[in-house]
Amino acid sequence: MSELLQFLFSGITVGAVYALVALGFTIIYNASDVVNFAQGEFVMLGGMITWFAHAQGLPLPLAALIAIAATAALGVAMNKLMIEPARGAPVVSLIIITIGASIFIQGAAQLVFDKQIHSFPAFSGDDPIRIGGATILPQSLWVIGGALVVFLALWLFFTRTLLGRAVLATSNNRLAAQLVGINTNFVMTLSFALSAAIGALAGVLATPITLTAYSVGIGFALKGFAGAMLGGMGNPKGALVGGFLIGLFEAMTAGYLSSQYKDAAAFIVILAVLFFMPQGLFGRKSTDRV
Amino acid sequence: MLTVEGLRSRYGRIEVLHGIDLHVDSGEIVTVVGANGAGKTTLLRCLSGVQPVTGGSITFRGELLVPVPAYKRLRRGLAQSPEGRQIFTNLSVEENLRLGAFLFNDERVEKDMDDAFQMFPILKEKRNLAAGGLSGGQQQMLAMARALMGRPSCLLLDEPSMGLAPIIVSQIFDVVKGLKALNVTVLLVEQNAFGALKIADRGYVMETGHITMNGAAEELIADPRIREAYLGI
Repeated sequence: MSELLQFLFSGITVGAVYALVALGFTIIYNASDVVNFAQGEFVMLGGMITWFAHAQGLPLPLAALIAIAATAALGVAMNKLMIEPARGAPVVSLIIITIGASIFIQGAAQLVFDKQIHSFPAFSGDDPIRIGGATILPQSLWVIGGALVVFLALWLFFTRTLLGRAVLATSNNRLAAQLVGINTNFVMTLSFALSAAIGALAGVLATPITLTAYSVGIGFALKGFAGAMLGGMGNPKGALVGGFLIGLFEAMTAGYLSSQYKDAAAFIVILAVLFFMPQGLFGRKSTDRV
Repeated sequence: MLTVEGLRSRYGRIEVLHGIDLHVDSGEIVTVVGANGAGKTTLLRCLSGVQPVTGGSITFRGELLVPVPAYKRLRRGLAQSPEGRQIFTNLSVEENLRLGAFLFNDERVEKDMDDAFQMFPILKEKRNLAAGGLSGGQQQMLAMARALMGRPSCLLLDEPSMGLAPIIVSQIFDVVKGLKALNVTVLLVEQNAFGALKIADRGYVMETGHITMNGAAEELIADPRIREAYLGI
């Protein structure tokens, strides 16, 4: 029984990271219908830049802030230099551009930093907390809390604020959004900044547990994508639930089957979703009438 | 209020507007009629800023409009109900209207929404439904109501009658005619020349990117050339 509880804890922990990645997907998807496959690189940069700045002697909170701000700036640059010039291109072309961006960022990180695996100290120490015969790291609570707070903030943003509604309107119909007075270029820039910042935050929170290296981005992107698909692309609630489910599924696969099959879990979910419910758990049915 | 001089625009290498001159005075309903492909929609897209202008000028309330980006033109008082309605299909009718008033955050938004529901009662019945599920006529009403929520002084209407049943068309034209009482100036682009000229003060006839005739609406309706080419009489 304590074994199951232990797998649950580790599933929820990685699930929270995937949920954060999935939330990042959600924002850019909502603004532009683009699935940004460089989302995982934002997570990698969050961890790598924090490690680098901390290793230079900066205090950890400051290093983390720098990492998040720098990654957000990179997200803005990505939109300005890669996505905006290609506006009008089909969504599939834009998605391929994000894959290119992902490969580019990975290569650049390898040059600017190095190829080693890195980490930095956990925020609240390494003493495991015992609950019902299983243990959980304090850092796990940071990750889970981070995912919940970001979800809540995004949910309020999309449902309660004018700017959030502007993002939804831009994704639904860019022409009409402009005609009602929405600066759609600004909405896109904001989405990339927000999305990159959330990705970087995931990297900052998770690195003491998962470690980081220039190449960790792809894994996060794929699993976060699986979470977003499972929950229903574009829905923050779906991203949260989907991310946690992928984490749990992965932990159970690793625990009861073999940790060698762990990475297959996300792919099985992607395939199952595509075959049986392409809308995902919370995806909205489209109601277009022509 | 709105003056267009020598306006040119192109799609790629093909020029579709070859120097358009027209003007709309405050309080008027002016219509531009012409066949499919004459460039009417391109003209309106230039006016609302979503189509690049390659020559000529647009002056709106004494200000040159061409350098103003599309999203700022509603702030100047110019709204468009675009071709193909372009409503927010995933959002509810009410959310569409609220986005129409995106620039405003005061009590008048609620009042304007009540006015819109009075103008088009069917929208009130469907206010919580996804706009994508509305019929064509209801979507057209929503597009117009949304444009009016932006409190425009001048409304650009692109083919409001397109693809709609005659009874809905006459209902929509009645509303357009009623905009005069609300101090909204109207530039109406239409293939349905007869219906448009009947409610307009003045009209322009557009053919392959040129204005070929213009005058008072009742003169145009009476003109034998127009009757033959556009009214099928």
